[in-house]
Amino acid sequence: MTGKTLIRVENLVGGYNETVILNDVSFEVFEGEILVVLGTSGCGKTTLLKHLIGLLTPFSGKIYLFGQDLLRMPEQQASDLMRKIGVLFQNGALLNSITVADNVAIPYEQHTDLKPELIRQLVRLKLKLVGLTKATELLPSELSGGMRKRAALARAIALDPPILFADEPAAGLDPVTAAALDRLLLNLRKLLGMTLVVVTHELASIKRIADRILFLDRGKVVFVGSVEQAEKSELQQVRKFFNP
Amino acid sequence: MNALVRQLPERVTYLDIPDLEKKFKPLLEKQAQEIIFDFQAVRALDSAGAVFLQTFTEKLKAAGSDVRFENISGNIARTLKLFTPLETETRVKIAKENFFARVGASVYEWGSYFIESIFLFTNIFYWAFVAFFRKKLRRRAEVINQGIQIGVNALPIVALIAFLIGFILALQSAAQLRQFGANIYVADLVAVAMVSEMAPLITAILVAGRSGSAITAEIATMKVSEEIDALTVMGVDPLPYLIVPKLYALIIALPLLTVFANVIGIIGGAVIGVTYLDIDLMPFFKEVLSALRYKEIFTGMVKSLTFAVIILLTATYFGFKAKGGAEGVGRVTTSSVVASIFFVIVADSILGLIFYFGGPSF
Repeated sequence: MTGKTLIRVENLVGGYNETVILNDVSFEVFEGEILVVLGTSGCGKTTLLKHLIGLLTPFSGKIYLFGQDLLRMPEQQASDLMRKIGVLFQNGALLNSITVADNVAIPYEQHTDLKPELIRQLVRLKLKLVGLTKATELLPSELSGGMRKRAALARAIALDPPILFADEPAAGLDPVTAAALDRLLLNLRKLLGMTLVVVTHELASIKRIADRILFLDRGKVVFVGSVEQAEKSELQQVRKFFNP
Repeated sequence: MNALVRQLPERVTYLDIPDLEKKFKPLLEKQAQEIIFDFQAVRALDSAGAVFLQTFTEKLKAAGSDVRFENISGNIARTLKLFTPLETETRVKIAKENFFARVGASVYEWGSYFIESIFLFTNIFYWAFVAFFRKKLRRRAEVINQGIQIGVNALPIVALIAFLIGFILALQSAAQLRQFGANIYVADLVAVAMVSEMAPLITAILVAGRSGSAITAEIATMKVSEEIDALTVMGVDPLPYLIVPKLYALIIALPLLTVFANVIGIIGGAVIGVTYLDIDLMPFFKEVLSALRYKEIFTGMVKSLTFAVIILLTATYFGFKAKGGAEGVGRVTTSSVVASIFFVIVADSILGLIFYFGGPSF
């Protein structure tokens, strides 16, 4: 990859409370690529994601987003930075008390000076992108799991963030919808130049979207490379993942 | 007619739209122009920018102008295509139902609530009775656990409130009774009012707020997270398993709390009697004991038992009604507390009337 480095993680040690989950993790994410974070259940993928988006503070190590040190940043600057990243949470994390359309409108209403009419139009477009035109006026509790995830994706890409973090976007979706979602992610990358960091288990999905793979095992990075390299990797746990 | 050419800036993103809007607004006022938007300089176009440009173009076209985009690169064209505004939706107007249909619907709705609750209540009573005789269903540890949560943990707040109520009752009546030199009757008033009315009512309201809400929230959470369904498919009826221990605990705890509130309330009254009305402690309590007949004590106990059942039934009914997610739990919990306080007060009035006019005289 030749693009410039958007995310750089150096010697990250992190976890919850006193438990170390990530041990000395270092890697880079380049502009315009799709990096898939892999690993067996409980190896720290979601924890890594939470560190990258600033929800958890590491015990030690450094995280640079857009070349800026995430951990040594005044609050205002950090909040500005948050607008440049989109996050798709594992269970969607939609606000349950307001409709899907209102959920997607939150970033526009809070961070832009756009006219309500334009916001409405944008919200409908984003929901159409994820295939949810019929569900705009429903409450999140009235949606199925997959629909909730797609609505959450519409919210995450509301402001066309340069970086999108996605935690298990394809989980719980049928293969057809999952493939459509992958195409959408690829499209977003192509058109808006988005960089994606995706945590996922779905083999089919990995093969479709991944430029590079970061393989975590017990809190350590054991492999970084392309899908083809991973399939032929010397490391048994990586190879097994692709040929179970 | 010369075409008006407008250069677009390098960035057309959500941050730049308010400026662009201001800049291009005059175009709308001109009639039938040929307008060209030049994309030569554009490097960054986001979805908001694309939608803005295209909706603005629509507006210009509606005003009779002829609009063209020029010098569009491949990526920009794709973005514009991907984010082409949708046709404005035509909202389907829902025909308003007529008055009788609405009244009928709400009567039907309330009727079905009523029937649902009757089913639930008879089920709970049935299981409460059956569980008493079946060892497996008794869950004694759970009853004790609930008893501690509902009863023991409520002692401090019940004590504080009961003391204040007794104190205020005595204070308010003292001012009046003093005028007739009937100071000593403050003791009668506080005793009768506390034992037959205030203590059961206040304790029930406190318990409804503390434990009724907790019961509703617990059941509602279990309902929305499918735990109730899980119990059912394991062949465990949620009513005897979850509700009946709570019923036992409430039936034991609430009357005990009420007795406790009686004592503390009368002590609160005694504080006023001794300090403000110069009655000695011994005569005060002697008067209290002579004023209290079995009837008052009986009234108070019957009330608190009734309230215990009411609180549990209301809390359970609303808990099982929860749907949706976290906000559904919040909604039923609020309704549950309001409803159980309402029903407690209604029941209090009814029992008050019964005991006043038709009560046993002993």
